[in-house]
Amino acid sequence: MEYLWAFIIGGIWCVIGQLLLDGTKLTAPRVLVIFVVTGVVLQALNLYQPIVDLAGNGATVPLPGFGYNLAKGAMEGAQKGFLEAITGPIKATAAGVAVAITFGYIVSLIFTPKSPKR
Amino acid sequence: MALQISEEKNKEKEKQKKEIGKAYGKYAKQFTPRPKYFSNSVKAFIVGGLICTAALAVQNRLQAMGLSQKDAGTFVTIGLVALAQLLTGLGIFDVIAKHAGAGVIVPITGFANSMVAPAIEYKKEGPVLGTGAKLFSVAGPVLVCGISAATVVGIIYWFIEKF
Repeated sequence: MEYLWAFIIGGIWCVIGQLLLDGTKLTAPRVLVIFVVTGVVLQALNLYQPIVDLAGNGATVPLPGFGYNLAKGAMEGAQKGFLEAITGPIKATAAGVAVAITFGYIVSLIFTPKSPKR
Repeated sequence: MALQISEEKNKEKEKQKKEIGKAYGKYAKQFTPRPKYFSNSVKAFIVGGLICTAALAVQNRLQAMGLSQKDAGTFVTIGLVALAQLLTGLGIFDVIAKHAGAGVIVPITGFANSMVAPAIEYKKEGPVLGTGAKLFSVAGPVLVCGISAATVVGIIYWFIEKF
């Protein structure tokens, strides 16, 4: 059952993204930004946690999940103090961002641009 | 006097240009293929769903090995990011994305891909201002907006907590 919900919720986020890309003039970067901010706002209103409890990775792997983690870090930090509230978001997502930057940099330096094959 | 006339002429020219532009837009619209909303959405749903299900399977495996839920989740994210970036470097990600669309762009894999793709493309401009800078051409806005929003949320919550 857990797997089914992960599949459905993860799929729904992707369908929303696809419809935004096809149906509006929004480009992929804008859609990514919208999704992350949506995740932050939903979690700030305590609306995203129930989705995570239901779907697990189906809710955390799509980009709103990134926003959810940022907001969750901020909210947990806020209970400890002002500084923790500010450091919370980056602390909560530090591992993913650090790997994305470092590994991404290495990969970009090693590989050369490919001409698209049709 | 002469200046006025030339100004009027310019205005007229601009008007004409705009009209031509509009007509061309209409003409071009006939030939741009309309996106296949339904089949694209189905593909995105299936691929996105599969990525999330696979992530959950790995997460459960890691938790069974004794990792905490938080640590397992972090490892899953790291794994997805690294895999997506490697596939981007090999040129495979583009092929998948052509079919799966948002199915691979909306999960964290899309974020990882959006860093490496422009970074490789602008390699010629050097390792610092080319690769280094372009790594953030898409990830930058995402991080800026996300972190700013979350910091504001943190301060608001701290304020509520305090008073």
